[in-house]
Amino acid sequence: MRRTPVLALALTTAMTLAACGSGDDPLATDAGSPTEDGTATSGGTGEGEGGEVIVGSANFPENVLLAEIYAAALSDAGVEVTTRLNIGSREAYMAGLDDGSIDLIPEYTGGLATYLNPEITVTSSEEVLADAQENLPEGLQLLEISDAEDKDSLVVTQETADELGVASIADLEPHAGDLVLGGPPEFESRPNGVDGLQEVYGLEFAEFRSLAAGSNLTVQALRNGQVDVANIFSTDPAIEENSFVVLEDPESLFAAQNVVPLISSDVVNPAVEDALNAVSAALTTENLTAMMVEVVSEGQDPAAVARTFVDGI
Amino acid sequence: MNQTVLMTWEWLTDPANWQGRGGILAQSLEHLRLSFVALLVAALIAVPTGLWVGHTGRLRWAAVNLTGAVRAIPSLGVLFVAVLLLLPRLRGELAFELPALIVLVALAVPPILSGTYAGVDATDPAARDAARGVGMTGGQVLRQVEIPGALPLIMSGLRSAMLQIIGTATIAAIVGLGGLGRFLIDGQASRQYDQMAGGAIAVAALALLVDQALALLQRVVVSPGLSSAARVR
Repeated sequence: MRRTPVLALALTTAMTLAACGSGDDPLATDAGSPTEDGTATSGGTGEGEGGEVIVGSANFPENVLLAEIYAAALSDAGVEVTTRLNIGSREAYMAGLDDGSIDLIPEYTGGLATYLNPEITVTSSEEVLADAQENLPEGLQLLEISDAEDKDSLVVTQETADELGVASIADLEPHAGDLVLGGPPEFESRPNGVDGLQEVYGLEFAEFRSLAAGSNLTVQALRNGQVDVANIFSTDPAIEENSFVVLEDPESLFAAQNVVPLISSDVVNPAVEDALNAVSAALTTENLTAMMVEVVSEGQDPAAVARTFVDGI
Repeated sequence: MNQTVLMTWEWLTDPANWQGRGGILAQSLEHLRLSFVALLVAALIAVPTGLWVGHTGRLRWAAVNLTGAVRAIPSLGVLFVAVLLLLPRLRGELAFELPALIVLVALAVPPILSGTYAGVDATDPAARDAARGVGMTGGQVLRQVEIPGALPLIMSGLRSAMLQIIGTATIAAIVGLGGLGRFLIDGQASRQYDQMAGGAIAVAALALLVDQALALLQRVVVSPGLSSAARVR
């Protein structure tokens, strides 16, 4: 029962590390230059087929699942698809989109918008999307957003919530100096991470513990008291399973995070667009969380869960 | 390329990166602390075992095969398994530190163990016979003949173990511990290559420094009659 997450975790991180060890650009190993093919065809006669689409994903299970869903929907639409999963953090896979080693990745509007424009102030779904569209690098585009949102969130255990009487991030202010905050290493340097907590809520935690081995480790550390406040995603099944309390975010430090396909314009054609928009129309936070329980808690194969979902659209 | 070298150089020479709680100095000290604790524990296990195996000649096949097998264990995998097993059972910092120590000790035992038993094993049989001939007990032979004779190989086992420990201690940062690995893990997460490269150089420099320090120690503790420099003369 415990073994699957352990193995998955070990594999994921091993792959991430392997990728990081391979030189300047972890994504440029065997790219097979699909974009060059694509550009050549569309530059010539503009035939409809558009060639192969390489679907990438970030290095956490939900993004892998979403990538599998995109891949399944595209393959049903007759598009040739390959997947390149578990690439790394946004900083890593954006470089992959740029150099053509991937063509499509499931993104989150808020994270992308903040990455593209660290000074972003808007937080609603529409405004965040508009901001991301505006700052998107040339050659990339966003298709329709879904209702499914996977936000960054700060969670505490039920005991901590009761003991300190906290229900929102703002309530942490008098206690932060005694609390240890835990999360992935990138949370420390992101504008809406540790810095944002200080600027927006005035929170100075006693320590930030950087946990690089996936949310499973962060959840364990929170459950066992090595960290008091943890940064995990709002769709993480562990929240439900451990009755963690998701702290409210009254100042909207964490912007809207609608799931959206980020795609290289070279591979966009009506068939691709229709297939991905149909996925976006069907996705909700609820069915995404339900699928996450199947993948993470029950250990089902993400590709199989994705296939069932796409068949049901 | 030149850009990266330049940025790395700037990162390494910026005094701000050396000072403070997360600075290079503080992380080097933390790295050393973890490394020396691991080396000490490994030596406490491996040296007595190696001496016993070398002196008695018993279980040599086990020592050879086990050290070979242990060397093949993937450190990262052991770290994750240990963390996930121990985290619910331990409180506080120890829950992260013990798994990291287990990994480093497992890594360091084989070179020390094989160095020790090989050193004892390689004692000149004539010297051993002579020692027995003048009436030494088994314990006296071990203490006065075999251990001094084995010291160069024991020391080289310790040095090679320490090099591996310092290199591998970087993975402790994955589970949130300090040390120079922080710069590699945090740098990768935020794509700050200058920080990653600078951290890697710092690890290499620390490993070389410690190796040189142990080499000095080796010259002090090894009998002059055994050192290669003396033999050349």
